Amino acid sequence: MAILVDERTRLVVQGLTGSEGRFHGLRNRAYGTNVVAGVTPGKGGQDVDGIPVFDTVADAVAEAGANAAMVFVPAAFAADAMYEAIDGGIGTVVCITEGVPAHDMLRLHAYVRSRGVTLVGPNCPGVLSPGKANVGIIPAEIFRAGRVGLVSRSGTLTYQIGHELAQLGLGNSTIVGIGGDPVVGTSFLDVLALFEADEETSQVVLVGEIGGDEEEKAAAFIEAQMTKPVVAYIAGFTAPTGKTMGHAGAIISGSSGTAQAKKEALEAKGIRVGTTPTETAELVAELAGG
Amino acid sequence: MDLYEHQGKELFRRYGIPVSEGRVATSPAEARAAAEKLGPPVVVKAQVLTGGRGKAGGIKLATDGPETAARAHDILGMDIRGHLVSKVLVEKASEIAREYYLSLTFDRSARKPLFMFTTEGGVDIEEVAATRPEALVRLHVDPFVGYQPWQGRRLVYAGGVEHPGEQRQIVSIAAKLYEAFVGCEAMLCEINPLIVTPDGEVRALDSKFTVDDNALFRHPELAELRDLAAADPLEAFAREKGVTYVKLDGEVGVLGNGAGLTMSTVDVVTFVGGRPANFCDLGGGGDAQGVVDALEVIARDAQVRSIFFNIFGGITRCDEVARGILQAVGQIDIPHPIVVRLDGTNAEEGRAILREAALPSLHTEATMLDGARRAVELAA
Repeated sequence: MAILVDERTRLVVQGLTGSEGRFHGLRNRAYGTNVVAGVTPGKGGQDVDGIPVFDTVADAVAEAGANAAMVFVPAAFAADAMYEAIDGGIGTVVCITEGVPAHDMLRLHAYVRSRGVTLVGPNCPGVLSPGKANVGIIPAEIFRAGRVGLVSRSGTLTYQIGHELAQLGLGNSTIVGIGGDPVVGTSFLDVLALFEADEETSQVVLVGEIGGDEEEKAAAFIEAQMTKPVVAYIAGFTAPTGKTMGHAGAIISGSSGTAQAKKEALEAKGIRVGTTPTETAELVAELAGG
Repeated sequence: MDLYEHQGKELFRRYGIPVSEGRVATSPAEARAAAEKLGPPVVVKAQVLTGGRGKAGGIKLATDGPETAARAHDILGMDIRGHLVSKVLVEKASEIAREYYLSLTFDRSARKPLFMFTTEGGVDIEEVAATRPEALVRLHVDPFVGYQPWQGRRLVYAGGVEHPGEQRQIVSIAAKLYEAFVGCEAMLCEINPLIVTPDGEVRALDSKFTVDDNALFRHPELAELRDLAAADPLEAFAREKGVTYVKLDGEVGVLGNGAGLTMSTVDVVTFVGGRPANFCDLGGGGDAQGVVDALEVIARDAQVRSIFFNIFGGITRCDEVARGILQAVGQIDIPHPIVVRLDGTNAEEGRAILREAALPSLHTEATMLDGARRAVELAA
């Protein structure tokens, strides 16, 4: 089953004719993802290595049967591209673009939910269901197929943990990068609920970082709603207050959003938190073995 | 991006929020001229991007021109929590009958703008929120609907403002603050204190204004307000080079690819007993020029004793990174030992390239933990 993307995904890449869109779109196709279309306004009728390009998402839905979209357009146009995908009849939108203004995301977050569409990102590495589909920039060769769900606000840190899991012989059902911005379309809670319902997922690793209170909310949700075990890792224990640590959303404001507070909130609900990526993977292996 | 008080007040003025008349001065002579133009008494206020300046002696009253010059002389050059004061705001002094608080913040948890109002202004708002939460009125605005006048009325009624004249003025200020918040794509617009004069006039006596860095491309006039000189010199140099860098207070320079992995690397260095000198994110790339620029920034920090280069290759290939490192080391003089941990895509090839180069300052480790331990040892 996996979550969010699988064999039934029919992907349209918004920005397929750009260099990044082309590179990753073709890479996703090479992995086995069914990439059915690209969209670049003004380039309808062309193709990228055999993938037909349309002027609008609506055309890609009508003519190529696209049901998922990957947004690879520059930040200034990303909100527009997301609205176009939502209004064009797409069910799952994954936005990779970094640097989307926060006020755009306030409105998009409200809009996407009112339409019953799933938006992952922005500023995220995408979603990978090993052996089924890869939508985004996650290097699939690091991950094995298995029963551990992985959800994270970060890209490379997720690869690090996936790699540590693979070395312990553990694989993943789905890896979801929800993105490093203050407001993203899909939260930890949304993904945890999907993993809880997924038959191919037995346990979950949650990778958080400083800023906001999504990890705290996740802790309460896990205790109240989840039967599957969850192990967590939090990055940013040594981050100073008021500084943006690479991700726009990774900032401690006043006294809120610290790694310590998140760790304590998780541990208070009985969720184990690894001190290093290596220890986190070991905790998962312990649970899988026991 | 945080704005100075005088910049935030200029934006308030533009949106119709009443503020005191004032001028910026960078020397005692300018301060004196400003005071004489405005008409004393005046207040001389340090312009720094940090709180607590009042307690630090960064706000002084002056009754005439010479005294203004003297107070400006005291304040200019002061160090307030690590921030050097290079300009002051000379403002007409206000008589204060009452001090309120009004702010709009970007509530990322609720994903909505949040109004906060209390008649107990002039103090640290986190303290009011912690000790007297009932005194703080909180009200979200739907980003699609925008501000509605009832919300301003709700703030003053629930906050306990009794005078109708004050109520009217605060409702009007709330509407304008929302316009400023949306118009400038702010993450925070705070007025603390929002004062009431003995004549019943309501005015913003201070301003804290933060705008979204990611939205600056739409607001070139705001982007220009950035004060490059005020940033940490290393951070300013990094910005110039396009390197994501945050200065920390230790000896182990840290360079990683991706924000999460780099944060984690800084943590792991601390975990094994070291003190990280910085956070430096190479980003998704890892091309030679990016490596050169990043190493140049890190090596400029006089505190640095060793450098830990932690790369997990995904799309980034470790052999390319290894070549970048060799190029960087050849191009710039780095007096510190560099520990390199390469893992992921083409890690073996990358390590082999570094091994063959056999540079005495380069040490390779296979895991993040071992790399951190080695770098900490070498910094000792």
